[in-house]
Amino acid sequence: MPEIVAFNAIAAGIDPEAEKTSVALSGPRGRKPRRALSGRNIMVYGTLIVVALYYLLPLYVMVMTSLKGMPEIRLGNIFAPPLEITFEPWVKAWSSACTGLNCDGLSRGFWNSVRITVPSTIVSIAIASINGYALANWRFKGADLFFTILIVGAFIPYQVMIYPIVIVLRELGVYGSLTGLIIVHTIFGMPILTLLFRNYFAGLPEELFKAARVDGAGFWTIYFRIMLPMSMPIFVVAMILQVTGIWNDFLFGVVFTRPEYYPMTVQLNNIVNSVQGVKEYNVNMAATILTGAVPLFVYFVSGRLFVRGIAAGAVKG
Amino acid sequence: MGHTRGSGRPNQWLRNLNAKLASIPMILTAVVIFLGGTVWTVVYSFTNSKLLPRLSFVGLDQYERLWAAPRWLMSVQNLAIYGLFSLIFSLVIGFLLAALMDQKIRFENTFRTIMLYPFALSFIVTGLVWQWLLNPEYGIQSVVRSLGWTSFAFDPLYNSNIVIYGILIAALWQGTGLVMCLMLAGLRGIDEDIWKASRVDGIPMWKTYVFVIIPMMRGVFITTLVIIASGIVKVYDLVVAQTSGGPGIASEVPAKYVYDYMFQAQNLGQGFAASTMMLITVAIIIVPWAYLEFGGGRKRA
Repeated sequence: MPEIVAFNAIAAGIDPEAEKTSVALSGPRGRKPRRALSGRNIMVYGTLIVVALYYLLPLYVMVMTSLKGMPEIRLGNIFAPPLEITFEPWVKAWSSACTGLNCDGLSRGFWNSVRITVPSTIVSIAIASINGYALANWRFKGADLFFTILIVGAFIPYQVMIYPIVIVLRELGVYGSLTGLIIVHTIFGMPILTLLFRNYFAGLPEELFKAARVDGAGFWTIYFRIMLPMSMPIFVVAMILQVTGIWNDFLFGVVFTRPEYYPMTVQLNNIVNSVQGVKEYNVNMAATILTGAVPLFVYFVSGRLFVRGIAAGAVKG
Repeated sequence: MGHTRGSGRPNQWLRNLNAKLASIPMILTAVVIFLGGTVWTVVYSFTNSKLLPRLSFVGLDQYERLWAAPRWLMSVQNLAIYGLFSLIFSLVIGFLLAALMDQKIRFENTFRTIMLYPFALSFIVTGLVWQWLLNPEYGIQSVVRSLGWTSFAFDPLYNSNIVIYGILIAALWQGTGLVMCLMLAGLRGIDEDIWKASRVDGIPMWKTYVFVIIPMMRGVFITTLVIIASGIVKVYDLVVAQTSGGPGIASEVPAKYVYDYMFQAQNLGQGFAASTMMLITVAIIIVPWAYLEFGGGRKRA
């Protein structure tokens, strides 16, 4: 049986609940009353504030640039706030920025990304949760072998598997379509999600499962009536992981879809890095923020659950 | 588990049938895509496939051509520099930040939120923001010059000697928050008594970190290393967004080489050979780690 000790340890270590218990066990640990302005404190907070400013700087510059007009950008410095706030660049980025011959803005990419992300998230989580459930509770001969291949597969560079997948999708007649891309996201989300669900289901009290079995419940009944309702937190973690991961994907979007289905990231790159025309940095930055907005929203709303999700998903890189 | 064994006499295959049916997608993915796809690519890397995959074997030709191609050599060199520095910097910075965060500070959540938000962004977004910040005409360079230091030069994205460091800056901005979080989890896992003991013995804090805490966190360090390393090999989007491999071929990376040869240059054989080299690189990182981490567990009590 493969033991993914390390990932579990990280996922557990970063888990807020686990943190609390370890604090409780190791005796008094709370803040010691301390003078607010000790030299050490100044150093610690000073450094942290400088670091925080560094992390925030690009976001700040992005927003400021997107609110300026081009003449002001040419004259001024990127850190200065706009003298005259304009939302023109945002409107242009959303509805009329050009990629090649198409001039209907990022909105097309946005809706494509929605049409990719929603079904991909649902399908990949549905399949992976059932996998995890089967692995945790209904282990059959050979199941662990497949699972091991799956986990090892998570480390294989995508480039190695891309072309064979192109062939498979072409054979199925879905290469270039949204369906094809959804299959691809399901495939590459599977290792980490299956691991996540397997570990979670394995941690649920076995008595529940046994009691249901004694009462005559089968595979699907137990899954839908017992496992699913009990596991909402892990489904939310998986959802955060998938929504941000799929939204941010670039490579699969480029390889597996036709231009009319390009996700937002691909379209953004095409708009900003297009060689023809005058560079409109304010429009570019507005477009960049728009593309980053969805994962940022998920991040700020979900807080610590996101940390848990990426700790589990870090292997996905 | 007892229930899987049962008294199943009727038919081996029918037992647990639902679980097997439900696992078909997983089995297909594992066997057809992960295993089959990898083997397929490796096999076809020995052929002279051009526009379409063809099974006419040419031995190691593709690999010889690969290792003679300046662009590939540049890609490998870039990956080595980028990989080495990004490993060192993200481990060191990540650990230092985690140690700072572990000083029982206030607003820990706020600081963590700020340091980790870049990780939520796509590499494309990160790449484009840093492309803008590093723009020599309007970005950091021009701001510093306008302050009076007119000879200040900081244009990594337009200087082929240092372009890879420009990409490194963006990558570190995006990734160190995650490393910090992993390290912080590791620090939190360390018994508080160790700190008490070192304080009683009057050992300076940095010495406790270097000689006691870090050795105790070996596992976390190794895992983080593997996570960073397997991400490094895949670096692609960031380069595409920031420089598209330029100036010239100065910031090419292997993943981009693979993509370009497979889907643009219609030279599949080269693409397969290059991706096989990527596979080997990952194997060199993963296999020793997997052996260390799971080798002992194989005995099974």
